[in-house]
Order: sequence, then C-alpha cells, then structure tokens
Amino acid sequence: MRTTPEIDARTGLEKLSTYPFNVLTWVGADGYPVSVAVEAAVDAAAGRATFAPPAGLAVPTDRDVSLTGSHIHPQPGYGYDERRHVTVWGRAIAAPEGRLELSATDAWGWDEAEVPFFEYSERSLGQSRKYFDALSRERGTPVRPKLSLGFLTLRTTRLPFLTATIVPVLLGILIAASDGAFDLLTAVLTVIGASFVQLAINVSNDVFDTAQGADDANVTPTQFSGGSRVIQYGLVTFRQMATLAVGFFAAAAVVGLLLLVLRGSSALLIIGVAGFIVGLGYTAPPLKLVYRGLGEIAVAVGFGPLMLLGAYVVQTRGVLSWEPFVASIPIALLIALVLYVNEIPDRRGDARVGKRTLPVRFSQEAVVGGYRVATLAAYGALLVGVVAGLLPIPALLMLLTVPLALQVGRGLSPNYDNPYALMAVMGVNIRLHLYAGLLLVAAYVVVLIAQAIAPGLPLFVGA
Amino acid sequence: MATLPEPVEQLLETALVGELTVINASGRPVTYPLIPLYDGAKVYLTSSTLFSRKLEHIKANARVSLSITDPVATGRADRVTIQGDARVIEEDPHGGWERLLPIWEKKEPSIVMFLKARVALPLFFERALIEVTPRRVLYWPDGSAAASPTVTAVGTEAA
Repeated sequence: MRTTPEIDARTGLEKLSTYPFNVLTWVGADGYPVSVAVEAAVDAAAGRATFAPPAGLAVPTDRDVSLTGSHIHPQPGYGYDERRHVTVWGRAIAAPEGRLELSATDAWGWDEAEVPFFEYSERSLGQSRKYFDALSRERGTPVRPKLSLGFLTLRTTRLPFLTATIVPVLLGILIAASDGAFDLLTAVLTVIGASFVQLAINVSNDVFDTAQGADDANVTPTQFSGGSRVIQYGLVTFRQMATLAVGFFAAAAVVGLLLLVLRGSSALLIIGVAGFIVGLGYTAPPLKLVYRGLGEIAVAVGFGPLMLLGAYVVQTRGVLSWEPFVASIPIALLIALVLYVNEIPDRRGDARVGKRTLPVRFSQEAVVGGYRVATLAAYGALLVGVVAGLLPIPALLMLLTVPLALQVGRGLSPNYDNPYALMAVMGVNIRLHLYAGLLLVAAYVVVLIAQAIAPGLPLFVGA
Repeated sequence: MATLPEPVEQLLETALVGELTVINASGRPVTYPLIPLYDGAKVYLTSSTLFSRKLEHIKANARVSLSITDPVATGRADRVTIQGDARVIEEDPHGGWERLLPIWEKKEPSIVMFLKARVALPLFFERALIEVTPRRVLYWPDGSAAASPTVTAVGTEAA
C-alpha cells in the first residue's frame, strides 16, 4: 500500500507544467532555504525544466534544488478547495541562452482530486503513530491522541447504529402486544439486553477486524463504513477494546439470563444462543462468517428474525407465531442492504484481507442489480404478508419508503467508485431501514389503538 | 520584538497559503503548502500529526523559509520569502494549537465548524505548532524574479 505521495520524476514534471509559476528552492550557503517564484518551461519527456536565473541570487549547482507548484482555490467566507501541489528535485546546470536547467530525479506531491483528503489522511496514519511514539519516548510516558468522553463513546461503540436493534425489538414487542402479550419490565430489559448484544458485536468486530488486518487495509473508511477505527487512530488500545467487548457480552448475558429466569422460555434460550454465535462469529474465528461470504446473511438473520422473534417470545413466554417471522423478513432484507451498500467503499481493503463480501465477489452491475432485487423482495414480502392476512393492513405504511429505496438504487452506480460521494447514498439507505421499521412500528401502534377503541374492526385481509 | 516590513505583514495577514520549506536529513529542501498565521511578532503554522514529517525535519534542523508567492491566495502581485528559525510547540497536541484558532478562522472560517465535528477525523485535530522567528526577508515588490529582491534583516540579528 502506498502511504506517502512519492511520484516519479516524469509524472512530477507533467504535473509541474500545469502550474502558472513555480517556486524554485535551494539551501543557501548560510544554511537557510531560499525560495523564489520563477516561470519554468517544462519538458517532461526529456526529464527537465528550464528557467531564467533569479536576479541577485546565486542558484547552487553542487546540491539539489527543487521546483514546486502549488494551487488552492479560495472560497471567501468558507475556506478553500482544489488543493494540489507537486515538488520536483534535481541538480541545476547551465542551459543555453543564460538559463538554468533542472534535471529531475524524483518528485512528490498530492492532488485531492486524485486522492481525496480523507483517504490521504487514512494513508498517513502510520506517520501519526510514529509521531506519538516518538513523543512518548521523549517524555517517558505514553502520549496518545484524545477525544472527549462523549465523542469517544460515540465513536468506539458506534452508538447511532443501535437503530438496527431498536427497530426489530420494538416491532417484536408491539406484535406480541397486539397478540395480547405485554410486560413492561421484560420489554425494557429486552431493549437493554439486545442493545448490549449489538454494542458487543460492534466492538468485537473492530477487535477481530483489527486482528485480521481488515481495518488497517481499509484506506477509504467513511462515516458509515470501515469500523470505528479507534484502534487505528490510537484513541483506544486493542486490549481496551477487547475488554470492552467482553464487558458488553457479559452485560448482554446477564440481561439474557435474567429474561430467561423471568420468562422461562426455551425458545428464548435457543434464539439467544443463535444470536451470540452469529454475532460473535460474524468476524471472529473460527466461523468468520463475513470472511466466508456469509456476512450479509448473518446480519439479515441476526438483526431480522432473531432480534424480532427474540423480543416476541420474551413477551409471549415462548409462544411463536408466523406473524413476527413474516414481519422480520423486510427488516432483515433492509438491514442486510445497509451492510451491503456500506461494503461497497470497503471492497478493495476487504479483498486484500480475504473478506469475501458480495461487493468483493461481484461486479458493479451485479451489486447494483442485487440491491434492486433485494429491495423488491423486501416490499414483495410485505405485500404477500398483508395479502395473505399474516400482516395487518396498516403495515402497508412501509410502502411510503419506496422513494428512498429508489433514491438509493439510482445513487449507487454514479458514486460506486467514490466512497465519499457514496456517503450520502449510504445515509439514505440507513434511513430507509429506520423509516421502514418505524412505519411498521407505527402500523402496530395503529393496530393496538384500533383494538382498544374498535375491537371488531377488520385489520387483516380476510379477517 | 522583531518587526517585519509593512507589506510583508500585510501579505502574511492576507495569504491563504504559503510555502514552508524545511531541510531534510540529506540536506534537501522540502516544501509544504500551509496556511501562514501571523500574530504581529512571529509567524505560525500548524501541522496535523498525520502529516508530521515536517516536524521531524524541523527538530533536526530549525532553519526554514516561508514564501508567499500565489497571487490567487493573496490578491496581490508582490511576493516574499521569510527565512527564520523554527520551533515545534507540542506540549498539548490535542488543544494547544487552538490558541491560534481566531487567526486561523479569519482565513478559513469553516475550520471552527470542522473542529466541532472533530470526532469525524480526530487525528487531523491533533496538531503541533510551528513557530517561526523571522531572521531575514527577501521581498519582490512586483513579484518578478527578474529584479533582485529587497533584503531586510529582522529581529535580534538586525540590531
């Protein structure tokens, strides 16, 4: 992986030729650098640039000099953009017509149009680690980058992604309530326990992805993809992260055992154990489901049927029914699609470490087509569920999210190779899952209200 | 206190970018475009720990120069190179540099917004300050190297 922006001399000269002027620099006899703006004539093919010697200054011929081109586009009231710069080094020698010639030997530079700033920053993580290591040695005590506790918690646990848990758990509880089974204490405990499960999964995934090199190999993480990166940034140590994961798993286990004691359901035990295996096995050896091409299925199962049915059986004391399972299908597909789209910018790094996600294995056309098919399947499952009388008619509220699905479907292809432009699409896709889930939740609130005020009102097709 | 010629101070105050040149271990000049910040006495630049190689060079050799050459970044035709001695200030990479935020914000107003969202790119805001004490100024009033620069010694050496 290239971590520093070295480029070859010819490429450097080609880039240098695009700047209206260059800065000629050398180290003067007194040891200070001297810089002066010149207009160089660049012949990249010949590997040289010539320029008029600056008046009153002696350009040395016994040591390297450099020519630098630099560009910035001011945006008054905001800042700037279009940053790029290049420096070419070489010896200066006398050229015809009293000019000087720089014979280029090497170059370096950066153009944010070629390497976006965020990627450039990620490629420079090693330099930051080196800096803090040196500072720690100098002071004789560890010096690490910092974040406020709130920001660090947010980043480490990836707290905003808890919607993936809250949505199916709330839905499971409400479906059970519509079946006449509701207990506030265990409902609250279910939300808390399931949240601990997801936090444990989030943190342990970072631990195992770091251990297997996946997060280090990814130089294009975004707000929604590439893990929390707190270990890569030196904000949290690997050991601290592993301890946190164990803590969350332990907290989830305590809440799970409490629910078992309170509700005594073997179905809950089976669902809980299955959830633990799928969650930890997502990245952890020996299963490493995501590395074997099973990541999307694992997420669909874990954050669809397992979460929803788990919440349901807590309320019903182990009684299962088809309704929560059918309701979990669109949720499962949409959460798998959140992962699926978020895997697109990660695909090159994932491929390097053998993570066989769907975007790693299939072409852009297949991945985009797959998204459309899966969203159709999600809405298809909803419609079939309603028509078959398994889901209540108000569940059709979820169809209000179709425009979001279309927006994501349209946005994938144009931004497929630009992780930062794709971020907006990923954001819409996450909202699609959230809003679809909340609309299903709202549908069951409507069902509960209707059951209370108009008990005979037909809420299911064929009822 | 060191004083710079007035046009040079004006350039420092208006320039959105300057070229900081440091000297690497093999004696080569290495140039970095950075935002120059001037507090009326010394010139400051800041460096994220992500791009901190320049700091290593400065710690090994304090002699640097800062050029302001880009008419687009200044809106002026004149150009300057300030030679000086640099010092890396890194007692608190997390927040020590923020004392220069008011000067930085004047040139890049959006930096305050980005700082509020530092959780998105925390290492960018782990920064060291580079403090440059000017020693000599080379000034080209019309920006052209066809004429010799005006050379001014600055600070204690100028006495």
